[in-house]
Amino acid sequence: MIWLTWRQFRTQAAVVFGALAVLALVLTVTGLHLRHLYDASGIATCTTRGDCDPVTSAFMSNYSLLRQLLGPTVLVLPAITGIFWGAPLVARELESGTYRLAWTQSVSRTRWLTGKLTVVGLASIAASGLLSLLVTWWSSPIDRVNAERFKADIFNERGITPIGYAAFAFALGLVAGLLIRRTLPAMATTLVGYIAAQVAVINWIRPNLRAPLHATGALQPLPGAGAFKPGAQLTKPGDWIISSHILDATGHATNTIRIGPDAGCVTTRTCLAGYREVLTYQPAGRYWPFQWYETSIYLSVALVLVGFTFWLIKR
Amino acid sequence: MTAVLQARGLGKRYRRRWALSECTLAIPAGRVVGLVGPNGAGKTTLLHLAVGLLSPSAGAIEVLGGQPDSDPRHLGRVGFVAQETPTYSALTVADHLRLGAHLNPGWDSQLAGSRIEQLGLDPAQRAGKLSGGQRAQLALTLAIAKRPELLLLDEPVASLDPLARREFLQGLMEVVAEHGVSVVLSSHLVADLERVCDHLVILVASRVRLAGDVDDLLASHHLLIGPRRDLATLPDNQQVISARHTDRQSTLFIRTDAPILDPSWTVEQVSLEDIVLAYMSQAAGTRPGRGPGLGVQR
Repeated sequence: MIWLTWRQFRTQAAVVFGALAVLALVLTVTGLHLRHLYDASGIATCTTRGDCDPVTSAFMSNYSLLRQLLGPTVLVLPAITGIFWGAPLVARELESGTYRLAWTQSVSRTRWLTGKLTVVGLASIAASGLLSLLVTWWSSPIDRVNAERFKADIFNERGITPIGYAAFAFALGLVAGLLIRRTLPAMATTLVGYIAAQVAVINWIRPNLRAPLHATGALQPLPGAGAFKPGAQLTKPGDWIISSHILDATGHATNTIRIGPDAGCVTTRTCLAGYREVLTYQPAGRYWPFQWYETSIYLSVALVLVGFTFWLIKR
Repeated sequence: MTAVLQARGLGKRYRRRWALSECTLAIPAGRVVGLVGPNGAGKTTLLHLAVGLLSPSAGAIEVLGGQPDSDPRHLGRVGFVAQETPTYSALTVADHLRLGAHLNPGWDSQLAGSRIEQLGLDPAQRAGKLSGGQRAQLALTLAIAKRPELLLLDEPVASLDPLARREFLQGLMEVVAEHGVSVVLSSHLVADLERVCDHLVILVASRVRLAGDVDDLLASHHLLIGPRRDLATLPDNQQVISARHTDRQSTLFIRTDAPILDPSWTVEQVSLEDIVLAYMSQAAGTRPGRGPGLGVQR
């Protein structure tokens, strides 16, 4: 069974893993260079010299295009393997009628499915896992400087969560293919389901994986002319700020604070008196627990879907 | 007599539509059985049930004395060539043989190899590039090289040209002669069956209309032409399958095991095709099993 699956799958596998190998080469070269730039930039010692802003922005201008392109690929690859490997796996056999050939050989359907699942499912997981490993390694100097890896759009693109995404997207494609029995609609369903799951997890599940912390503090006048950054005064770098509100003296949420040009408070620097910032956040120390939680949620859903497939295929 | 395939009150429902209902039949071993019927009679459903691709919604089916399911040992004893003879279009002929060898413990690689050679198929050719006839031959090779006791074929020649059709059936007959395998062959083309089958089952709207050995069927059916007659005046042992009347003449298609003694009839021999057409076009109101001997199951 493994032989047949591999025979049908090897071209697609060669394309994806070939592309990954090329990417790995590019990322190794540029990643080593990026590390060299980091060491040479003096960011590590900038606080003692007090020139962190210019040094940081100079370092961040390196490979900015590659950086922007690289992140999303980690999120997209699980969708691609789910759509192009998971959805057609059974759907194409049902659509083209070859299931009547495959299921009447001297091999039980359960074993047939197990063979397919093992080869193609593990390949999907391996592809996304490898890509994430590469990108996480490559971006680590940038993530150290940015301290933003907990942010919603970067959290997805690093660490072990893509393994969960890949398993989930693959299993989703498999179930969709078996239920819909046609390749194209199954592929579309997989894409929609994958996006829906991502949106739901980012907005409703991930912020509450553990009860978020709350902090309230008086609004401080900004040093210099910088823009207001939510939570800057209440959190440490690397914390994930889920929401931030500003309350006025009466306790009402507000978006704008009007200060006239000749207001007396400007000279006494008391214009912000009475205003408070109320924050909901997850501390930076929860980054890895959250990676594990999210990965295991996706993996569990994938397992349930796979179990459902085995039940479906017997009927 | 043992039956290789036996169904009792067998039914299969898709949502609210019954594709097959209350089908009861027995197919004897060691024969080449033709399963005929109009499109939609339930032939494909019956064969899919027999090979375990479907599970029954009602009744029971036994194949080679066991329930067909996805048990590998049972699957190994039944060879199946599905309608339109599906193959993997991206895989080569040689790949298909390796597939068969990997998936069937009883695989006879010598048989498979020599058949492919005999057919003149290029092992390096992709199945998608084969002609319909070659693809059907490849599918048949896959089905017989697993050395089944029973071979089920679902309309294997329906889409083939007459020459390919003859070659396919010839190949099938060689296999039967060499390995003594029981065969059930479904078709709506009677001419094909006439050439290869020694037993016939006519299935109309899930019901068995007629079943019997071809020789017996040919011997017991007659076309009678004579002066116009009231059907009620016929002897009891003559069962009218169909009747046509003009003002002066009656043409009757009858079944009887007794000799026809009435001298006013001109008796004509009938072909298998005549028999099949007569039963298939029989009025829907006629219930099977009413007349004597209808649906003989010995």
